[in-house]
Amino acid sequence: MSSHIALEESRHPVTEPAGETTSRRGFLIAAGAAGLCYVTALGYPVYRYLASPAEMASSASAVTEVTLKDAQKLPAGSVLMFKFGPSPAMLIHHADNTWVALTAVCTHLGCTVQYEPQLNRIHCACHGGVYDPRTGANVSGPPPKPLKLFKVAVTDTGVEVSRA
Amino acid sequence: MTTKQLTNSLYGWVDERLGLSEIAAFARLKRVPVHAQSFWYYWGGISLFLFLVQCFTGILLLVYYRPGAEAYESVRQITFVMHFGWLIRSAHSWSANLMLFAIFVHMFSVYFMKAYRSPREFGWFSGMALLAIATVFGFSGYLLPMDELSYFATKVGLEIPNAVPFIGPAIATMLRGGAEVTEFTVQRFFALHVVVLPALFLPLLGFHLWLVQKHGNALPPSEEAKHPSDRKSIAFMPGFLVKDLAMWLISLNVLALLASVFPWSLGKQFDALAPAPLGIHPEWYFMSPFEMLKILGTVLPGEMGEIAGLLLFTLGILLWLLIPFYDRNKESGRRARTAHYFGILAVILLLTTTALGYWTIRQ
Repeated sequence: MSSHIALEESRHPVTEPAGETTSRRGFLIAAGAAGLCYVTALGYPVYRYLASPAEMASSASAVTEVTLKDAQKLPAGSVLMFKFGPSPAMLIHHADNTWVALTAVCTHLGCTVQYEPQLNRIHCACHGGVYDPRTGANVSGPPPKPLKLFKVAVTDTGVEVSRA
Repeated sequence: MTTKQLTNSLYGWVDERLGLSEIAAFARLKRVPVHAQSFWYYWGGISLFLFLVQCFTGILLLVYYRPGAEAYESVRQITFVMHFGWLIRSAHSWSANLMLFAIFVHMFSVYFMKAYRSPREFGWFSGMALLAIATVFGFSGYLLPMDELSYFATKVGLEIPNAVPFIGPAIATMLRGGAEVTEFTVQRFFALHVVVLPALFLPLLGFHLWLVQKHGNALPPSEEAKHPSDRKSIAFMPGFLVKDLAMWLISLNVLALLASVFPWSLGKQFDALAPAPLGIHPEWYFMSPFEMLKILGTVLPGEMGEIAGLLLFTLGILLWLLIPFYDRNKESGRRARTAHYFGILAVILLLTTTALGYWTIRQ
């Protein structure tokens, strides 16, 4: 079984001339370097190709402000889901006419949360996390951190949401 | 334990379960004949390498390609938006063409070396089936970008099954998924191209390669005639394998050069109401049958010409396929010579009709 591995060993006699060993080593180094060049030349385009959407998403996440056209018409006590950069976010028009915008990504394991006006809470259906719909504070359940708040400015034509 | 002992015991453990040393012993004993025509032995390997490139680049294209109504838009994205998407698409297209070229060279070299003779008949049949599937790969893949050229090429190409008497129109309608080439056609061609054809091709390829290992490389008649002690050969491991891999490296370099210097273009999006662009023609590997049908159409006009053409094709392909049963004997007798002349006739016919096809387009 292992016999031919041992054979490999005995194929290189110790008495080999020094010059031959160095030229073999040189050849192996050159072949390795050439191989590395090929792997890079093939791997780099493939990596960039596969990473394209991620790069586009990271440029999208550089967004600092989103204008939601006609969102000022949102009835009190209801919610509007929108995308802030690549991620979901929510705009809540509370019954007392205050406006709150927060990220809609649960800080526990990343599910999208939902606003439940009748229970006055933001709920994550995945693992039962609960947040305060005015402050974004994590009230109960597994979420370790609060939802981030955005700055909201209501105008005649829409609602401007920007990074706080 | 030293590293060597560790490697040995690990090897022993795996070997006991997978029988690696049997394979290693087989590989060490395997020899490849050396003679004036040895060069042609590499073309099967080159075809295999290009097929592997097709799998790799095809999977990469699959990451962004969307069949159906969005097909053109997704190919536009791949070509112009995704980093290096143009290169991957170009490599896929170029490699497809090079693979078909390599398969043709492989087939003709097998034919003229008479490597289809007993006991290698199944190698010949499976190889012909692989070639047939490869052309369907080419035909179905050509439509996927849904640009002007691919739209009309598919429209025209489907007229060939359409010309088959009685069942033809039903087959063509089934392939198209309707009376016209639409997004339904792309969707089913896509399913064909990435699921059905690979599912047929891969086991057949495995069978083909297994047969090569089982029977070894065939000797051309000139070598057969020599006394066994006068024949030369080299060990497969490592001598031939190194040369084989060198051929793969050359193929890779040629492919990289072609794909990057001559990037595959993307035409305008297809428009079902636009007239066919000037100079539209099939891919080079379909040019010869296309031209032959055209010539027969002028000699025998109308439906007669179409049917005669199809009959003639079927007969020619059947003769080509069944050559192992006709030219069986090791001795170079009358039948061997006839088969040889038939092969030369086929090559001349393919080359002249292809050249004629391109020449008439130029006019």
